[in-house]
Amino acid sequence: MRQRKIIPGVDPKLLIKDAAKLMPDASRRSFLRGAASLGALTFLTGCDIIDGETAEGVLRKISEFNDGAQAALFSPTKLAPTYPESAITRPFPFNGYYDEDEAPVVDGKTYKLEIAGLVENKKPWTLDELYALPEVSQITRHVCVEGWSAIGSWQGATLSEFLKRIGADTRAKYVWFQCAEGYSNTIDMPTALHPQTQMTFKFANQILPRAYGFPMKIRMPTKLGFKNPKYVVAMEVTNTDKGGYWEDKGYNWFSGL
Amino acid sequence: MTAATIATTETRATIHPRWVRVCHWINALAILVMIGSGWQIYNASPLFDFVFPRQITLGNWLAGALLWHFAAMWILVINGIVYVTLGIVTGRFRRKLFPIRPVEVFADLKAALTFKLAHDDFSRYNAVQKLLYTGVILAGIVIVLSGLSIWKPIQLQELTALFGGYDAARYVHFFAMVAIVGFLVVHVALALIVPKSLRAMIIGR
Repeated sequence: MRQRKIIPGVDPKLLIKDAAKLMPDASRRSFLRGAASLGALTFLTGCDIIDGETAEGVLRKISEFNDGAQAALFSPTKLAPTYPESAITRPFPFNGYYDEDEAPVVDGKTYKLEIAGLVENKKPWTLDELYALPEVSQITRHVCVEGWSAIGSWQGATLSEFLKRIGADTRAKYVWFQCAEGYSNTIDMPTALHPQTQMTFKFANQILPRAYGFPMKIRMPTKLGFKNPKYVVAMEVTNTDKGGYWEDKGYNWFSGL
Repeated sequence: MTAATIATTETRATIHPRWVRVCHWINALAILVMIGSGWQIYNASPLFDFVFPRQITLGNWLAGALLWHFAAMWILVINGIVYVTLGIVTGRFRRKLFPIRPVEVFADLKAALTFKLAHDDFSRYNAVQKLLYTGVILAGIVIVLSGLSIWKPIQLQELTALFGGYDAARYVHFFAMVAIVGFLVVHVALALIVPKSLRAMIIGR
């Protein structure tokens, strides 16, 4: 597992606290073991192919292959369907690997978005400067990796416009996001440049509440919910895949919709 | 075994050609992985007021189940395409599965339930078999298409819309699974009651 730098002043307890309902077992490896249907599989093949690291390695290789397949299937111009205001799910669910009252509290007055990597201008951005960016709005479906979905309304700046503004090298492969609680995500550049990929500052035209990621969320309707980071404090344009919180635990990296 | 009986066995016509048997067992393996991992994925966000017991699921947690599901899907789909293509091109589907006449289905169903159904000729399917095998092939096509709708509701949004949207496609996917599992229960039970049919799917005769 990759090690992440911990942001000063952030409660490290949050970093190691996993969602019990998502990850029932302490041992990560154990997700490959046991189960009746697995027994049937062993019975059918006459050999125990699902033993330990080989199986995990093969499954991860196929998951990487699936990243490529999804990237090939991804259209940079195909838009996510949008919905009328009446379709918005209320209340929109809070979701994270911690309880709502443990969500990070970011001070908007001292907040600065750090910029790093392959960009011309690395000046950090204050919230007022970010709020002054041209505003776009979308009402789209948020699809969780668990299967449920909810329709939300998000307002903010188009990420591709912002990348242009800071002189980002958009030939780079990835954009990496770091969040206040230590969560992180790496996304592919084509998704970063998708017209609906948004630096989100508002939910339903109100400043993002803490539960939904104050002060900034990255909204990507073309990716599963967990690839939409909240409480974003830093972004880096890079050619190195820096992984991500759930991706490192075994969720598919691309996770496109 | 005398020379005469060996000769008879060898000259007896093949009931299931090799490609049918290979596709069948690859599919059996893939479908078990898909169902086991699918149940675990279902448990992460159940559509109904129940979850599948963890002991009969595959993957141990959501991420593990997703890895299995999206690995086995390639085997299921590629094998399924080969099977359906050969079934059409060789004329096997037309010969073996059609026509399906409702009158014959009822007659054979009644015979089966009263244990009077003849099993003397394995090269010909009875009407109930024709209906069930055609039905499960259709359920297979629906489960793959609804699965694609859930996996790629934006890139394949036209397909997702065909199923009534993302949320509706999840229900379609679920009920296609129910249909396939229902088929499997009957299919496996009957194969065990009539072991010669199982032998035919393994050695061809």
